[in-house]
Amino acid sequence: MAIMRAVLCSLCAVPAPAAPCLLRAWQLGAGVIRTLCTGLALLSVCKFIEKHEWITTENGIGTVGISNFAQEALGDVVYCSLLEVGTKLNKQDEFGALESVKAASELYSPLSGEVPEINEALAENPGLVNKFYYEDGCGSCL
Amino acid sequence: MQRAVSVVAHLGFRLQAFSPDLCRPLSFAQDVLRRTPLYDFHLAHGGKMVAFAGWSLPVQYRDSHTDSHLHTRQHCSLFDVSHMLQVKGQISLFLPGRAGGILDDLIVTNTSEGHLYVVSNAGCWEKDLALMQDKVRELQNQGRDVGLEVLDNALLALQGPTAAQVLQAGVADDLRKLPFMTSAVMEVFGVSGCRVTRCGYTGEDGVEISVPAVGAVHLATALLENPEVKLAGLAARDSLRLEAGLCLYGNDIDEHTTPVEGSLSWTLGKRRRAAMDFPGAKVIVPQLKGKVQRRRVGLMCEGAPMRAHSPILNMEGTMIGTVTSGCPSPSLKKNVAMGYVPCEYSRPGTKLMVEVRRKQQMAVVSKMPFVPTNYYTLK
Repeated sequence: MAIMRAVLCSLCAVPAPAAPCLLRAWQLGAGVIRTLCTGLALLSVCKFIEKHEWITTENGIGTVGISNFAQEALGDVVYCSLLEVGTKLNKQDEFGALESVKAASELYSPLSGEVPEINEALAENPGLVNKFYYEDGCGSCL
Repeated sequence: MQRAVSVVAHLGFRLQAFSPDLCRPLSFAQDVLRRTPLYDFHLAHGGKMVAFAGWSLPVQYRDSHTDSHLHTRQHCSLFDVSHMLQVKGQISLFLPGRAGGILDDLIVTNTSEGHLYVVSNAGCWEKDLALMQDKVRELQNQGRDVGLEVLDNALLALQGPTAAQVLQAGVADDLRKLPFMTSAVMEVFGVSGCRVTRCGYTGEDGVEISVPAVGAVHLATALLENPEVKLAGLAARDSLRLEAGLCLYGNDIDEHTTPVEGSLSWTLGKRRRAAMDFPGAKVIVPQLKGKVQRRRVGLMCEGAPMRAHSPILNMEGTMIGTVTSGCPSPSLKKNVAMGYVPCEYSRPGTKLMVEVRRKQQMAVVSKMPFVPTNYYTLK
């Protein structure tokens, strides 16, 4: 069972490059210690999956986010819900949802795993989802 | 200046999907959408076009939905609502159906030029036109001198606290003498033959300008030159009208809701209630006198937004009604919605629950409008 670290957002050219990455939503896998990351560090491996979600892996830890296209289509995110810590997920299970004024989108897990930690920041400040996206544009990653 | 007799406030649009296509003229191919005179203008200004009621209309422009919504409440926005049916004729229109359900909501203006001017929903275009044409034939058969003409006009809505000030710069008439729900014909920014009505669908002060199609782009351009004005699309139109407590035909009211259930009894004048001379009177008048089974109410909650079709539950967890439209309110930063509940649950302050995302969330019945309105009434 792959261990995943999930980042619930699309990452962008961070306006303040030194800012710590607040975007990690949750992590799958027991015993993983959350590390700070900058946007660029996550660009190492990037795979896009069907529903405009991307996944990168680093040392057996997976990180999931949504594409720039998805966050633009959604518009200003006003509500973000994520699973509770400890939840076990199978591939394609719904792990959360994002809502804007006009639209709602469920988020589906691309892998199986367990959630060891969630990022409280997104629940309180869902607009962060729109603020960060890959510098080079997620479309180029395959 | 003429009184606009309001039947109900008018049109919004369907949130998730456009209405079933009852309104495509037979001469159009299946997939062709109708375009307003401002189609190219919208594209030139970054409009994101979507299909709505058989028309290609902008859902938003370059600004985010939230920014566009808030700009309307703080400055003013310009909406192209030319998809709505505009007719003029010497006929009287009743739009309750025989069983008391609402066939459409629209605005009728009794002009000083000897005719009525009517604006109704694009989604009800064919239905309304057929109804009106039938009525014309019936009256003509009785020897009455009546006619009906569909206007080839664009319709521009300028809405917001600074709308009147923006418009004043382009008209000779003193707009302080054109209060809410009145109408006048005037030249606007050099375009003659425009009908300006002090009404709208946002809860703000504003006007709707019926402009001959050939002058539409010139007028829109002139209005946009004022830095107070920004273009706004269907997305902002829907969240603004919901905050203002205004119904969306097809969602909050339809052929299965009566005006009494819809909390719209104010549209039925005293004379008509007594005379009972309108279709549906046999169902509606008893409801006015006695009780109705259910009423349209406003709801507010925090957490996940309530959306159309979300079940409404009482505190015991029993389903008692359904949400008919809902969205996060950009002005209030809470979630607002309209839905129908039995009378005993309809008092403002009543605690209920709404099921969203498979969870039961606390909600409270709220008075509407959710955001205070700013209609220009001379009081």
